[in-house]
Amino acid sequence: MSTMNAQSTPLIEVQGVSKYFGSVVALKDISMKVNAGEVMCLLGDNGAGKSTLIKILSGVHRPGDGHYMVEGKEARFSSPRDALNAGIATVFQDLAMIPLMGISRNFFLGSEPTKGWGPFRRFDAKFADRITREELLRIGIQIRDTGQPVGTLSGGERQSVAIARAVYFGAKVLILDEPTAALGVKEAGIVLRYIAQARAKGLGVIFITHNPHHAYPIGDHFTLLNRGRSLGTFAKSEISREELTSMMAGGEELEVLSHELAEFARTDALAGASLAEAAREFEEEAESLEDAASEHQDTLNRVSTDSQ
Amino acid sequence: MSVIANARRARSSPWRRLLVRPETGAVAGSAAVWIFFAIVAGSYGFVSSLGASSYLSVSAELAIQAIPVALLMIGGEFDLSVGSTVGATGMLIAILTTHYGWNVWAAIVAALVFAALIGVVNGYLVLRTGLPSFIVTLGTAYILLGSTTGLTAQLTGLTVVNGVDQAPGFASARAIFATALGGGQLYPIEILWALALVVLATWLLLGTSFGNWIFGVGGDANAARNIGVPVKRVKILLFVGTALGSCLLAIIQVMTFTNADVLRGQGNEFYAIVSAVIGGVLLTGGYGTAIGAMFGALAFGIVEEGIVFAGVDANWYKAVVGVILLLAVLLNSYVRKLALEARR
Repeated sequence: MSTMNAQSTPLIEVQGVSKYFGSVVALKDISMKVNAGEVMCLLGDNGAGKSTLIKILSGVHRPGDGHYMVEGKEARFSSPRDALNAGIATVFQDLAMIPLMGISRNFFLGSEPTKGWGPFRRFDAKFADRITREELLRIGIQIRDTGQPVGTLSGGERQSVAIARAVYFGAKVLILDEPTAALGVKEAGIVLRYIAQARAKGLGVIFITHNPHHAYPIGDHFTLLNRGRSLGTFAKSEISREELTSMMAGGEELEVLSHELAEFARTDALAGASLAEAAREFEEEAESLEDAASEHQDTLNRVSTDSQ
Repeated sequence: MSVIANARRARSSPWRRLLVRPETGAVAGSAAVWIFFAIVAGSYGFVSSLGASSYLSVSAELAIQAIPVALLMIGGEFDLSVGSTVGATGMLIAILTTHYGWNVWAAIVAALVFAALIGVVNGYLVLRTGLPSFIVTLGTAYILLGSTTGLTAQLTGLTVVNGVDQAPGFASARAIFATALGGGQLYPIEILWALALVVLATWLLLGTSFGNWIFGVGGDANAARNIGVPVKRVKILLFVGTALGSCLLAIIQVMTFTNADVLRGQGNEFYAIVSAVIGGVLLTGGYGTAIGAMFGALAFGIVEEGIVFAGVDANWYKAVVGVILLLAVLLNSYVRKLALEARR
């Protein structure tokens, strides 16, 4: 693993990257980098531009402006395949695996091992099964049948298999798009532990999430995105979990929100008071009506006895 | 490290494993309809080799189209132009040989090239527009049928062109595409072509990287693209495959009847899809086998010929096909559910 020189040159780095879709600014002037053996957490709320940024990093989109460097060299990817060949593997949430395909066929999809030559070159199923079994055991997933459909695995296992696949195929940088988003606590733990393993192996990891509680324990650096712009990059020593959480929610915006909520509560109280008054009035009216009604009833009773 | 597999330790029985294979339904279905007609029509010669040759040749012609269509459907697309492609490529051979005096072999090569072109155009249009292939290929089907009829009528004044047997090279081409084999010359060579095709398609699906990509693009085109599968290339090649399958059928029919008819092949597009579906191919893509499609075609052929042997009014044929199709789809959705549960 190229951990030695990678410390000086970031594995991937973007400088002043922007992306427009028509007149919509998806990303504006984003800069960030990832070193080997480091987890960079990319945080932001829905619509912050996380997806656009990872699509640029993984070769789906090209950056509108700015520079994208891989190990110090300008990168020009025209497809995810190009990025993959450069050692940048992206694991997309929900889009990592084909549910009805067997595990080992999924594992090697797009990079199938073959044996033989010429027209006799064929998919090496035995090799694929053996490697899949070994790699999954390494991350703590034991399967009896590597031909079983991926759809039978749990969400966390599926993400882990997708990550294991990226690592096996020599990824230097792992881009993980919300790998813990749809997972329960235990399942998220499996994935987080596996991210730590990948870092220990010297990989650079970009971990995209909107959950600071998943990001903080595992992250070395944190880049926050808000509405297509960067709020800055922080080392773990520079920021606490609370600060991270409040920045995630948009700091000042949160303060404004809490003011608004307080205002709501106050008007609610006022409205409550006037309501109580109205209720009292109604009550009085009802009592007087009741009196009138009983008087009326008395009269009626009297009339009926008279007529008998 | 903890091991999280305990939930999946239970062994699934071999019986259940057999049951979740995609082609099981079609094999059982073929056997069922065969037994049914053996009882009903056995005394009319259904069980004889004459009966066998009739349903085997019908099934083989169906399978030649259904197998490539199954591959395309596993890859997540439909091709409704395979029927019109039979008419168009068959007519191309007939006109080139009778009107322009080409050698039959040269005309066959031209037809294959033209078919491949149809496939590329279909694939390109589907991928370029992002529209459902169901509609796009329905459009190309009408374009092919209309222009074949128009051009043929303009050139020859007819819509059926006879006399291909007068062209040079006919005898050798017929020996390859339209001889009869076996005792009594009962079994047409197209049965061998269908068997060769199923072997080739099965090898492609299960034995090669390309086959893995077919399952991938059909199961989830986005995921496959993200992992580096050349989705467009795979789909275009699958469209080329269905067009070439249709062209092979056209060649066989032109060599058998020594003529071409612009209407030949019409309706085959749905028979091919039905065969694939009976054979366990999922309409949504990503799942199925070529062997299943072959057995789907076999069940189809047995029903078509069985009804004739049973002396039932052949008008009932399509009603029976409809019932079988519905049963097959129900069975398939049940099998898919089992497949995803089987190892839990």
